[in-house]
Amino acid sequence: MSSETKQILTTDGIPLEVSLKKAEKKNKIKAFLLVAPLLLFIIITYVFPIGDMLMRSVDDKMVTEMLPKTFKSMEKWDGQDLPPEEVFEAFYFDFQKLIEEEREGKLSTQLNYTKNGFKSIIKKLRRKSKSFEEGNYKEQIMSVHRRWADVEYWRAIKRRAPAYTYQKYLKGIDMYENEKGQIINVPEDRRVHRILWMRTLEIAFFVTVFCFLMAYPIAHLLATLPMKYSNLLMICVLLPFWTSLLVRTASWMILLQQQGIVNDFFVMIGLVSDDNRLEMMFNKTGSYVAMTQILLPFMVLPLYSVMKTISPSLMRAGKSLGGTPFVAFWKVYFPLTIPGIGAGCLLVFILAIGYYITPALVGGASGTLISNQIAFHMKSTLDWSFASAMGLMLLSGVLVIYWLYNKLVGIDNIKLG
Amino acid sequence: MALPKYTEPHYRIWHYVYLTICAAVFFFLVAPLFVIFPLSFNAEEFLVFSDGMKRLDPDAFSLRWYQDMIYGTKNPWGLAAKNSFIIAIFATIGSVILGTVAALGLSSRHMPYKGLIMAVLISPMIVPLIISGVAIFFFMAKVGLAATHTGIVLAHIILGTPFVVITVTATLSGFDHSVTRAAASLGSDPVNTFMKITLPLILPGVISGGLFAFVTSFDEVVVVLFLAGLENTTIPIQMWTGLREQLSPTILAVATCLIILSTLILVTAELLRRRSERLRGINR
Repeated sequence: MSSETKQILTTDGIPLEVSLKKAEKKNKIKAFLLVAPLLLFIIITYVFPIGDMLMRSVDDKMVTEMLPKTFKSMEKWDGQDLPPEEVFEAFYFDFQKLIEEEREGKLSTQLNYTKNGFKSIIKKLRRKSKSFEEGNYKEQIMSVHRRWADVEYWRAIKRRAPAYTYQKYLKGIDMYENEKGQIINVPEDRRVHRILWMRTLEIAFFVTVFCFLMAYPIAHLLATLPMKYSNLLMICVLLPFWTSLLVRTASWMILLQQQGIVNDFFVMIGLVSDDNRLEMMFNKTGSYVAMTQILLPFMVLPLYSVMKTISPSLMRAGKSLGGTPFVAFWKVYFPLTIPGIGAGCLLVFILAIGYYITPALVGGASGTLISNQIAFHMKSTLDWSFASAMGLMLLSGVLVIYWLYNKLVGIDNIKLG
Repeated sequence: MALPKYTEPHYRIWHYVYLTICAAVFFFLVAPLFVIFPLSFNAEEFLVFSDGMKRLDPDAFSLRWYQDMIYGTKNPWGLAAKNSFIIAIFATIGSVILGTVAALGLSSRHMPYKGLIMAVLISPMIVPLIISGVAIFFFMAKVGLAATHTGIVLAHIILGTPFVVITVTATLSGFDHSVTRAAASLGSDPVNTFMKITLPLILPGVISGGLFAFVTSFDEVVVVLFLAGLENTTIPIQMWTGLREQLSPTILAVATCLIILSTLILVTAELLRRRSERLRGINR
């Protein structure tokens, strides 16, 4: 018999295999169409804008477009001695065009990022260039200010020629590219970002540790108590979880202030004297205490959901086999809770590393994190490309942890409430 | 957790130490919330317990900060509350519709690239808010929706959908698909089946996802700080400004109202969760 006669046919005479495949494909498309609206929405309004941040962080077209002739004529200049007359001439014409468009201020700001001292000499050049005569621009520009005769400043201009740059990323870790193209550290006393990165990691790490140490016993208690008690205690975990972050931060501001209840209590038990009250707010302590309390539920819930599945008879078996309660706990119970520990720690660490509101309110200068620096550049200095670069550096860290989380726990296993 | 009679003394001691630790942690979790209540009734302007309050003198308590919150002349709370509710309600509706439909697709076993798509859809919950804020601000500025209600609602839909997707897929994981097949075999079209069969069964999950989306929007401050203009001020923005500039007891009055609101939401969510577990036949 041939294989064709063996094939099972559906009632319409189509081979079952083909028909099934068709149906399968149809189901696939159906399922995908259901997800498509949200997926498109998230991609357009969220994923693309994050890509846009990436473009912004490396984008350096502004100066490139402002001085097109200058950069063209600079191509032949080796950067050793002062550039030849044609560069000065090109720069003069570019500059005149910028003055017409009233954009020379922007140029000075941009060049000042590369090298300090451009602001005043560009202002001066704008004033003097009105009375420039035709020809011999090199002499005329150099006579405006002695910095215009300094080759360092021309090298600084040349460094802005490429349309893309990774300078903002270097700045984010307190490094920069010097005149010779070497990447070096900024002087020790001007390093701010590395301290912030370290502090962010440090605070996120310790908050995770504190949360773990506090959450483990109560998650265990919640998982082992009879239902009617544990439901009541669960409310104590869930109420802060559902309460506004700002409300919880406000209550810590009241508690930790110098005339606050915590200090009152310390004075009462004689730990500190009345005129020597502790400063617990606007410093690291504030960030630690408030963040630990705020993130604690995120540690308790995953631990609880894992501990709930561990049968109590395992501990009894461990003890009956001769283990002391401590040994039984350490050898039997603890290893079984490791998935929950992993989930909780990663979740708390991810949340802590990107915290913004609470450190901004109770952290003061010494308790702020990298997020606060990003917000500062977005709102105050308006250096959006630097804010984007810092944001993406933070994001790449978070994504690594997210990936780990997905490997260990699985995204669809996140439990809420 | 009564200890068996034969427990040795040092384990007995350890057990009480353990209970004390637990009590301390619970105290640490909940006590800060309760500081706000009494202080919001303070008759004085300071955020400390006055001597009168410690003596429980009725004159030391007053409702003046609640009056200030509602009737205060220059108070922004009215506008802020209105905006907050409008934004949160629309954001919740948007998140619930988009999230539920997507969750239906995601829990189908035919769904291709499930893990990857899930990771993308959940990402707004994982990515630090400050980064979401910057990215969404760039987008809204580009399409001209910065400083509009629409822009903020869209932003909150982005942040709210992950919660709906998670809760609804969790509910659907225990869903018996034979009932929809039964409906189909009886001649019901898919939309009708969804409305009459599926939706009532997964409703607890949908509502609790909606509650999460509502709370997320209602409490969200980082993204709004980038997006909002003066007209779009919300309760969290007002609280943020108040906490940064001057901690006035009016904020505590608002905070008390918010705690009451969150308690109501918590109770609803808990009841729904239990109902959902009953419906899905999970008995504990």
